[in-house]
Amino acid sequence: MRCSRTEMMVVAASRLLEDGRTVLTGTGMPVLASLLARETRAPRLSIIFEAGSISPLRPPALPLSVGDSMTAYRAVMAASMDYVMCLAQAGYADYAFLGAAQIDPYGNLNTTVIGPYERPRVRLPGSGGANDFGSLSWRTIVLMRQDRSRFVERLDFLTTPGYLTGRGARERAGLPRGTGPWRVVTQLGIYGFGEDGRMELLRVYPGVTLEEVRGSSSFEIRAGQVEEEPEPTARELRTLRRLDPHGMVTGRG
Amino acid sequence: MEVLEEGRGKLLGWCDPWEHREWVRRNKTREMVEKVTTLREAVSRFVRDGCLMAFGGFGHVRVSMAFIYEVIRQGKRGLKVAGKTAVHDLDCLIAAGCVEEVEVAYSFGHELRGLSPASRRAVEGGRVKVVAELSNAAYQWRFKAAAAGLPFMPAYVMLGTDTLRRSSAKVVRDPFTGRPICLLPACFPDVAVIHVHECDVYGNCRIEGALVEDSELARAAKRLVVTTERIVPTERIRREPWRTVIPYLYVDAVVEVPYGSHPCNMPGRYYFDEEHLAEYLSLTRTEEGTREYFERYVYGVEDFEEYLRRVGGKRKLRRLQELERGRGTFSYPWRKGG
Repeated sequence: MRCSRTEMMVVAASRLLEDGRTVLTGTGMPVLASLLARETRAPRLSIIFEAGSISPLRPPALPLSVGDSMTAYRAVMAASMDYVMCLAQAGYADYAFLGAAQIDPYGNLNTTVIGPYERPRVRLPGSGGANDFGSLSWRTIVLMRQDRSRFVERLDFLTTPGYLTGRGARERAGLPRGTGPWRVVTQLGIYGFGEDGRMELLRVYPGVTLEEVRGSSSFEIRAGQVEEEPEPTARELRTLRRLDPHGMVTGRG
Repeated sequence: MEVLEEGRGKLLGWCDPWEHREWVRRNKTREMVEKVTTLREAVSRFVRDGCLMAFGGFGHVRVSMAFIYEVIRQGKRGLKVAGKTAVHDLDCLIAAGCVEEVEVAYSFGHELRGLSPASRRAVEGGRVKVVAELSNAAYQWRFKAAAAGLPFMPAYVMLGTDTLRRSSAKVVRDPFTGRPICLLPACFPDVAVIHVHECDVYGNCRIEGALVEDSELARAAKRLVVTTERIVPTERIRREPWRTVIPYLYVDAVVEVPYGSHPCNMPGRYYFDEEHLAEYLSLTRTEEGTREYFERYVYGVEDFEEYLRRVGGKRKLRRLQELERGRGTFSYPWRKGG
């Protein structure tokens, strides 16, 4: 079944979530990937939103805000941000989805400014809950498009911690042990992180070459044994399109 | 405790907790008295040029737009705003020229709708200054410290990042574990404005849906104005006291404003007015369009009721109520090509 690269990206992200776990999620691709996982391979996945909603069911429309009423649709609790951030800090958040404008080889993220801080070329919204999710959840999954301006050796601003300067740096800074970026999912493939905390390519989508991946990054892409991520199944794609019937998320790419 | 690192962001809303206690003793009424007033009166009484304001809800969910329009109408200037997930609330105030400084957790964006053109122009052009950065959890815990009457709240966030370096937080060595931990200074906003589903004339409030950080914010602010979809009898509050999320103690004024969050989402009542938000986002691309928007919807109307008629009246509001129940056609007119 033919699909767009954005759809492939969302499907690949959804496959990363193990059933019976919790995921802190955001609007757009993250919530779509989380709902898709729930509707396919992870029916007991609990979705949590930072404004306070815990474990909602599939809403009549995709949320536009991580605090809107769709996030609390048939939820088990409409709690508060304090509640959600506390549960993450206490170790109850298995996964968190994050997006970013820039990422560096250690999985550090920028969502604050492009250009110099004092006189930015683009002022972005800032951390929001990203720094919190990236600091406190066990496995952070970054969901972003890659190109040479987004995959950069040096960030313009380090908003959210990845492995900072390498494995061990998070713990030295005081961030909880055993947390950090786990996967990066782009329109080309899926990355993990090596022993030293640097990103490495794990999988590419059908039809994507290593050259294309390397040409879409400003830092060197490490790659060992790269496997091919299977195309979306008919069921995955059907479910995805039912979840986003207007192409609000997937239709933009 | 050994201080390991200090952010260089401006410390907004700070007050020594002992001084705050004494201020509370002198200034806050502990008696249950009627506090019902009008928008005009509440704004002119509590919002002073240059004060630090924080808005309840979540930027474009359950925010008090009626109050914000009145702030704009009264031409308040030099405001400092807590960008604690600030979306349409802050963007309107910036577009109308009311804001001078923002402390940013999340600001200048409309979540899925993209970046806010008016805010970007103001910040990138230097008219509005970002004085500090922090995270969402950090902001809410700044309010939590203030609510508890304490100088700071410790947390495992922001560590190791530029967000911390641009914040007003400090990193110290925790005397219990010996590890670095971030201390978030208490924030006592001058005025908080929270829109609720219902409250009584004294300000005992009920909120439906996610509470976001309103429980903490209500208790952190020096002055609290509550706008409400409707005023209910105290008898109703007393029958189910466990549903009260803000008691009268913290509340300084109550204003009844049905649909007071339009064009934003009021959980359980009405959905986003995406057509109106698209019109706003499109007009605020230029200075001229921004003036046109405020002329049409704020300066050019007498009050919030006239505003509601102008945005489509009963018919529009009924449609937004239907959408909130999951009925009708959802549309996203701001979407590229859609």
